[in-house]
Order: sequence, then C-alpha cells, then structure tokens
Amino acid sequence: MDLNRCEAYAQCAFQAPDVFAMHGEEALMYEPCPGDERREQVMRAAASCPVQAILVEWPGGPAVPEEAGTGARG
Amino acid sequence: MPAADGSAEEFRRRGHAVVVGASLAGLRAAETLREEGFAGTLTMIGDEPHEPYDRPPLSKQVLLGRTGAGDTLLPRRRALEARWLLGTAATGLDLAGRRVRLAGGEEVRYDRLLIATGTRARPWIKETEATLDGVLTLRTAGEAARLARRLDARPRRVLVIGAGFTGSEIASACRERGIDVTVAERGPAPLVGALGGVVGAVAAELHRAHGVDLRCGITVTALEGDQAGRLRCAHLSDGTVLEADVAVVALGAVRNTEWLAGSGLAAGPRGIACDAGCRAFDVHGIVTDDVFVAGDVARSPHPLFGYQFLSLEHWGNAVAQAEVAAHNMVSPGPERRPHLWLPAFWSAQFGVNIKSVGVPPMGRELAVVQGSLTERRFAAVYGHQGRVIAAVTFDHGRWLPFYGRLIESAAPFPPDFAQVDRAPGGPRPIPAEFPDPALPTHGPTVTLSGYAPSERRVTFVPARV
Ligand SMILES: Cc1cc2nc3c(=O)[nH]c(=O)nc-3n(C[C@H](O)[C@H](O)[C@H](O)COP(=O)(O)OP(=O)(O)OC[C@H]3O[C@@H](n4cnc5c(N)ncnc54)[C@H](O)[C@@H]3O)c2cc1C
Ligand code: SF4
Repeated sequence: MDLNRCEAYAQCAFQAPDVFAMHGEEALMYEPCPGDERREQVMRAAASCPVQAILVEWPGGPAVPEEAGTGARG
Repeated sequence: MPAADGSAEEFRRRGHAVVVGASLAGLRAAETLREEGFAGTLTMIGDEPHEPYDRPPLSKQVLLGRTGAGDTLLPRRRALEARWLLGTAATGLDLAGRRVRLAGGEEVRYDRLLIATGTRARPWIKETEATLDGVLTLRTAGEAARLARRLDARPRRVLVIGAGFTGSEIASACRERGIDVTVAERGPAPLVGALGGVVGAVAAELHRAHGVDLRCGITVTALEGDQAGRLRCAHLSDGTVLEADVAVVALGAVRNTEWLAGSGLAAGPRGIACDAGCRAFDVHGIVTDDVFVAGDVARSPHPLFGYQFLSLEHWGNAVAQAEVAAHNMVSPGPERRPHLWLPAFWSAQFGVNIKSVGVPPMGRELAVVQGSLTERRFAAVYGHQGRVIAAVTFDHGRWLPFYGRLIESAAPFPPDFAQVDRAPGGPRPIPAEFPDPALPTHGPTVTLSGYAPSERRVTFVPARV
C-alpha cells in the first residue's frame, strides 16, 4: 500500500470490507497479506482505487493482477 | 567486469549487481534493475532472516492485534531471479577491490553496489537497563512481535519514551486496546521536531483526548527492575516514580553505517552522503561511480531545498530513491536521472490521518489554510524565505497534492488563495515554533545538514551506541 497516494476515497473498503477499513475519517487500515479467499475482493479493490495506491502480488504471478495463485500480499 | 569505465551496457548485459540491505529500498531497487533490462547476476544481502517486509503496519495494524508481525511481507512487482543471502550481515567494504565482506568471512565481488542498510531503533542509553525484561524498541518484525505479545498480556501500564511518530503511534495503539499509557517527551510537545510546536500542540491534545498520560518537558532518568530483572518502574526528571511493566524506547533511529567504517566511503552517524544521482561520496567528497545508496541510510542534496543534504526516513523516499539509484546503475551518463522526489509521509494515530509534503523543519512560519487547529482537522503550510516549503494535513489529505504543487513551483508565502475556505485577506502566518536546533530532541524524521563554505574539514564522529 502506498498511503502517500491514498486520498481516502474508501473505494477499497467498499469493494473488500474484510481487507480494507477506514479508521476514523481518513486513515486506512488494511490486512497486508489477506488469504486466497479474499482474492476476488482484493482485485476489485485494487482496480477500483482511483489513485492506484494498492499493489497486489499473488504467488505464482508477481504483481500481475490477473494471475492465479494462493494467498496474496497487497 | 567493466563499471568504472562507464560501460553501462556491458554491466547491464553481464555485470554483477550486489544489494546490501534487503528491505523496502533494496527490494524496489532490485526490481527496477530487472525492469530496466539488467540481465546480469543479482545478489541480495540482508542481515534479517526474513524476506523483505513492510514496516509501517508494525506500529499500527500489528500492535492493534489485527495483523501478525510476520504477515507484512512486501508485495513483489516482478520475479527477481536473484541469489538471496538472508540472515547474512555485510561487515566490510573494499572499495578498490570492489568486494563486500560478509559475517562468515566470505567475500562477494561486485561491479556495482547498492547500499540500502537503513536504520535501527536507537537503544536505551544505559545498557544494563536496556536489557531489563519489558524494555523494548520497535523497528523490526521481531521487535513488533515482542511488543504485540506484551500488549496481548494486558500490562498495567506502558511507558513510551519519546513522542515522535513511532512513539505516538504506539501510544495510540495502547489506548485503542484500553491499555493505560504514559508518554514521556523531552520536548514541549509530541512531533515537535518533525512538525513544530504549533502542530505539536494539536498532537498533544489528540494524545490527551484519547486518555494518554502525556508528560512533556520530561526525561526518563532511569529504568528500574525487580529481583528477577523485570521492569518495575521508571524515574522521571521531575522526581516522579512511575510504575510500568513495559517501556518502549522510541527515541528515533540510528543509521546502519558502522560496517562501512574505514572503507573510505563518506558514511557516518548521519548516513551515507550521495549525489542527486544516488552515487555515494567517498571521504574526500569525491563521487564514486560504482557505489549507489538509497533509502533511510542515504543523505542526498535536493535542489528544491537549497541543495541541502536531506536524510528522509520516509517510506516513499525509500521507494523513489531506490528506483532512481537502480536506473542510474544501468544507465550511461546522459540518461541518468536525479532523485528529485518531493518528501512526503503519512502517519495514522488516534484515528487521524496525518500527512505531510516538503520539509516542515525548514519552515520558520506556518499558516493554517483550511480547517482549524481547534477542530484538529486542517491543512497548514510552512514558509521559508517568502516561499511555501512544506505542508501538513490532519484529516485533509486529499488536498496535499495541491500543496505539493505549490512547493514545487516555489509559490509565495504567506499564500493568498481565494479557492480555499479562508476569510478575505488570506491566512495569517504565525511562528511554526520549531525547537532550537542546538537543543537535543528525539528523532525528527527529517534531518537537515549542509556544509557552510567556511567549514573546510569533515570530521566523522563515531556513532554513540
Ligand atoms: C514502526 C515503523 C513505522 C513506520 N511508519 C511509517 C509511516 O507511517 N509512513 C512513512 O512514510 N514511513 C514509515 N516508516 C518508515 C519506513 O518504514 C522506512 O522509511 C523504510 O523502511 C526505509 O526502508 P529502507 O529499505 O531504506 O531501510 P530499512 O527498512 O531500515 O531496511 C534496511 C535493511 O538493511 C538491513 N541491514 C542493515 N545493516 C546491514 C548489514 N550490515 N548487512 C546486511 N543487511 C543489513 C536491515 O536489517 C534492514 O533489513 C515506519 C518505520 C517503522 C520502523
Ligand atoms: S480506494 Fe485507494 S484512495 Fe481510496 S481509500 Fe482505498 S487506497 Fe485509498
């Protein structure tokens, strides 16, 4: 997560509420290594972020959002 | 292998790149090397046993118990095809022979070297007290795991020594978990070194509003243990004895440059000096061409800030500088780029998003341009010699790019803009109240230094450990 970029649009928290949450009005809290079951959510969150603050890696295909794998780091 | 002769193409095809320090800057540099077509051998040397991981969550999610200390591994941008020497410290550098010495006695030859050894937590000054059970620091995943375990055990009181960003975030996590916490800060307010006394006063209110027992203008004179060597209490400079079973020493960071002592590189307690292209200087102030530096350990001149050497302990700087350093490692002279990143950082504490751009400690004056200090929601700009030099926001982060552009375009200070919610006449500048630089303070996140023309000699003072 590049929180310098994040402008607290909360799109990610909307798309992946188990992984991203607003803490107070603007501070973003997130789970750095969400499990594979959150993969779809996390991909949607990363795609929806208007400032591309979310970088996702799936083992088996680093940094390429479309790649399959088990478990993630975002 | 060529390198000093400037044959970047030869290096790119079959050179040996060695990266010392396998954390944020080291990883991002290695990825950039590969992205830019480096096809040679890549060796990553890191003294921590872990793969590169992210530190900002360690004082936030991890202390709140939401994320395990081992679960903050950095996402990779691409596959690296590197040789990883993890759990292996570099202990020396032979500049002439282009060799890095390792702890086991082995030597690794390089054609081009990137040093990204960052910093470590400044330990408690008194060694015997520092080893008491319950006295901790926070920089690494291991340290975060230990502190998180202590918080899980619900200590009666946590003492945080130093109210910089890390100390404040630790106090915030304690309060959120309902744990009593005292913060002892030598300066007049939290964050005073980084943001000045005016914004520091707002930070102090934040602490107190969340139930932190904040004590400013106070130093901890001694930590005392019981028979079993467990921390029992702390003695404060005002004579108070405070019972606490955990003390977190948050007195800033020490740069990991000791391994370069005697190497001939301009490396000392303030970091490793490099040029705007991230090439390290030697002790004579002459730039090297095969040793590069990036991240928290680097000090580099920034044209926007009077070419002062900036040491920035910021996540974003580590990433940006690593990318420039790696690019320059594989590029011939004319294609090299300067590291002109506008300093920026964030911190989350007490539910407030604190963000900054520019170099606040350079600002003599400050003007609140949006929101208000009393509401603890605002944007303020700092002025230096009639121009905007920095900005800070409390829960106003969306505006920061705008202020960043003001800094980059040397916009006049005090600013006079009609587009923000101010009364006519523009915001009134007030002194930013940075402490006298001659007085010791705890860990400002930006250190400014520069050699006056009259200062002919460079003396490196050994680090006080
Ligand atoms: C708890 C915490 C919270 C933070 N929060 C924020 C935040 O909210 N916002 C923000 O902007 N920044 C934050 N930061 C700062 C940010 O994490 C750093 O700027 C960043 O980690 C710097 O990366 P680096 O790679 O330069 O150095 P480091 O991350 O310090 O990495 C240096 C690596 O080199 C290794 N090393 C050292 N010496 C040797 C040797 N001789 N041989 C081999 N390896 C060696 C070290 O063990 C380490 O792994 C935070 C830092 C901490 C500790
Ligand atoms: S969607 Fe992007 S900008 Fe919005 S809160 Fe999430 S990370 Fe921040």
